[in-house]
Amino acid sequence: MFGKLTLSAIPLDQPIPLIAGGAAGLLVVAVLAWIVVKGHLPYLWNEWITSVDHKRIGVMYIFLAMLMLLRGFADALMMRGQQAVALHSNGYLPPEHYNQVFSAHGTIMIFFVAMPFVIGLMNLVVPLQLGVRDVAFPTLNSVGFWLTATGALLVNISLVVGEFARTGWLPYPPLSELTYSPGVGVDYYLWSLQISGVGTLVSGVNLTTTVLKLRTKGMTLLRMPIFCWTTLASNLLIVAAFPILTATLAMLILDRYLGFHFFTNDAGGNVMMFMNLIWAWGHPEVYILILPAFGVFSEVVPTFSGKPLFGYRSMVLATMSICVISFMVWLHHFFTMGAGPDVNAIFGIASMIIAVPTGVKIYNWLFTMYGGRVRFTSPMLWSLGFMVTFIIGGLTGVLVAVPPADFLLHNSLFLVAHFHNVIIGGVLFGAFAGYTYWFPKAFGFRLHEGWGIAAFWFWQVGFFVAFMPLYVVGFLGMTRRMQHYDVPEWKPWLLVAGFGAILIFIGILCQIVQLVVSIARREELRDRTGDPWDGRSLEWATASPPPVFNFAVMPDVSGEDAYWLMKAHAKQQGLEMRAPDYKDIEMPKNSPTGFVSAFFAAVMGFAMIWHIWWMVIAGLLGAFATFVAFAWRDHDEYVIPAADVEKVDRVNLEERRGLVTIAGGA
Amino acid sequence: MMSATVTAHADPHHLHSAEHSGPASKRIVTGYGFWIFLLSDIVMFSCFFASYAVLSGQTAGGPSGAQLFDLKNVAIETALLLVSSFTCGMASIAADMRNKFWFQISMAVTGLLGAGFLTLELIEFADLVEKGAGPSRSAFLSSFFTLVGCHGLHVTAGILWLLTMMAQVTAKGFRADIQRRILCFALFWHALDIIWVAVFSVVYLLGSAA
Repeated sequence: MFGKLTLSAIPLDQPIPLIAGGAAGLLVVAVLAWIVVKGHLPYLWNEWITSVDHKRIGVMYIFLAMLMLLRGFADALMMRGQQAVALHSNGYLPPEHYNQVFSAHGTIMIFFVAMPFVIGLMNLVVPLQLGVRDVAFPTLNSVGFWLTATGALLVNISLVVGEFARTGWLPYPPLSELTYSPGVGVDYYLWSLQISGVGTLVSGVNLTTTVLKLRTKGMTLLRMPIFCWTTLASNLLIVAAFPILTATLAMLILDRYLGFHFFTNDAGGNVMMFMNLIWAWGHPEVYILILPAFGVFSEVVPTFSGKPLFGYRSMVLATMSICVISFMVWLHHFFTMGAGPDVNAIFGIASMIIAVPTGVKIYNWLFTMYGGRVRFTSPMLWSLGFMVTFIIGGLTGVLVAVPPADFLLHNSLFLVAHFHNVIIGGVLFGAFAGYTYWFPKAFGFRLHEGWGIAAFWFWQVGFFVAFMPLYVVGFLGMTRRMQHYDVPEWKPWLLVAGFGAILIFIGILCQIVQLVVSIARREELRDRTGDPWDGRSLEWATASPPPVFNFAVMPDVSGEDAYWLMKAHAKQQGLEMRAPDYKDIEMPKNSPTGFVSAFFAAVMGFAMIWHIWWMVIAGLLGAFATFVAFAWRDHDEYVIPAADVEKVDRVNLEERRGLVTIAGGA
Repeated sequence: MMSATVTAHADPHHLHSAEHSGPASKRIVTGYGFWIFLLSDIVMFSCFFASYAVLSGQTAGGPSGAQLFDLKNVAIETALLLVSSFTCGMASIAADMRNKFWFQISMAVTGLLGAGFLTLELIEFADLVEKGAGPSRSAFLSSFFTLVGCHGLHVTAGILWLLTMMAQVTAKGFRADIQRRILCFALFWHALDIIWVAVFSVVYLLGSAA
């Protein structure tokens, strides 16, 4: 009846996951109870869960990413704690548990923190920057978000029902095959990533089409803000790379479930094929994450330097070069696995070449600041911190791209330090810069600046204290993923790294306090103009938060930095007194399709993990029924009358008038 | 909303000739998005093709393609699928003409041809399993069943979609949104044909020759 699922799946003998899972479960139940008792459920259902508004979906993606950041960071603290004490001893985490912790940490941080964070920012901002009213496929957008959330849910269920994978964030066979990993851990990994992978692909198709086919009048490709360009590059990579992940994981699933021989040791299976396939997805994946972050910096730096971006076209060229070259370097992840000197040399050179466009970008940002009136707000601090940190991470990356050096450093903590250096210093700092920069756009009030600056410094200093020692122990020969060790020279460095993790923890606490304080004092942080930073691109040309239709009248773009040109024009001429020609606006209706299909996906995924076949079929039928029901709708749009549009727009126009006069007088 | 007039100095790169006129129509957006989805699907197939190419010699002492493949069966399968692409094209034309009768006839024939293709494929698979040449026999057969089976699953999904479209046209007629779905369905069905041509050539023709 319940396949492999029995009561023994709940790890009653392991207090740590049980207490953590229990506490998280209680918290979820408490929040749900509060929502129901306070009567917020209809609001939540109508305004958020079923919403197809790209801004709401973007906010939900970012919320999911932040929640999962807490989970992933808890894993990080446990690992740093374990290695700080595990000299000549077993520490406090038994090996099988420690292996699950580092696997879950990597999986969660990449798939359920970094991915939803950047996809959330792109969803929130790109349609606004393009001057349009929504993305290309609003309902599919909601499906994509809820499938991503389903994947996150399954990973977290594994904490208390069964176990998670012990195979690292990429499940290398033959270890991940049934012979060596007979439990459900790898299956949890596979199904949560297959489901969230479909969600990512959907958002990739959606955003690519949005950028290429939905731009307001006059918004030619070479007038788009750089964030739109990096969104395009990143989503092209999603469309081209995520199907590789789907196919690879499908092969591993077939090996595990039906006895196929893709990656097994016997019957002709080929383990190296897994390495090639997974990294043919895996390397573009890191650029899927970092390119949107580059886009954020390209918006933040010009805004707070009061200058147009230096070298706009070279930035576009660099972005698209990275997009292409990122597919030609995957083999540098396994130089040591016997490809031979010729092949290694080619991929080593390609890996160094990709540093060139990245360097171009760094110089562009520096020259943008040069001669500008730089305002050191917290988004700008994250950007400056990124430049310093990311350059170090990039240089160590070029070092490991040299095959002979890689033979010494492969799988050492030097490598761990390198990729945290680029992912924290690049992707995460970019995400935080974007979060602070666009928060007033999403909610109509700014984040508290003092706590933001404090969070930045704790993260920045904490990062260096936590990860520079890992470079050192990497040179001292410490390999990654060690549950215990017997080299006394490593211990002081690992203690320092543990202290760094605590500093980062304080940084995260600052961010939580910042959010709470900002909400409590939202009236004094309120932005009524819609343009709190003196911005340059179109998202600042509408109210904060923007009305559901984004723009009362679709803007007409006449050059790069579209909104800046409009402001300059308005300052010379005064705001046009003639009322714009308001028209009725058609908007897509909300739909529970995303939530319902994700529910069935969750049922199906869980049933697959535990081999409950009737439930798999029930989930499949439910998903199909959902799509047919969705396709059967007669009215998928509603009309906002021109009079209502005008009413909303007038309020914002009045606020904005003051902005132009003040700015014009200065 | 402020509107800015186009001024010459705002456009230093003289791009007026390439002026952009605004968002594309829904039909173009939908078709374009579906093309991008199809490209991603083709990338997925290319992984299965690549794994087949890597593993096709790994028979682990079991039968090879030359010993197993029945080209006559495959020829009939190919014919069914190619003709179904033609009838699918007829259905698209009927939809453009808003002719329900010919639309339903063409779709029904397309679906039947697809079902015939699937039946032959299933008979082939059952026959192989019976001979002891199932997917767990060798890495070669694993990759063969996965590649060909993945195409078969797509055809199955296509038939479910086809039936849904027939029901929708019966119930609601050729509404604009249903026309867009018919466009996507047709693209999907033709793409399956293209992939089958590759399967036929790479798996069956090359496999029998070896």
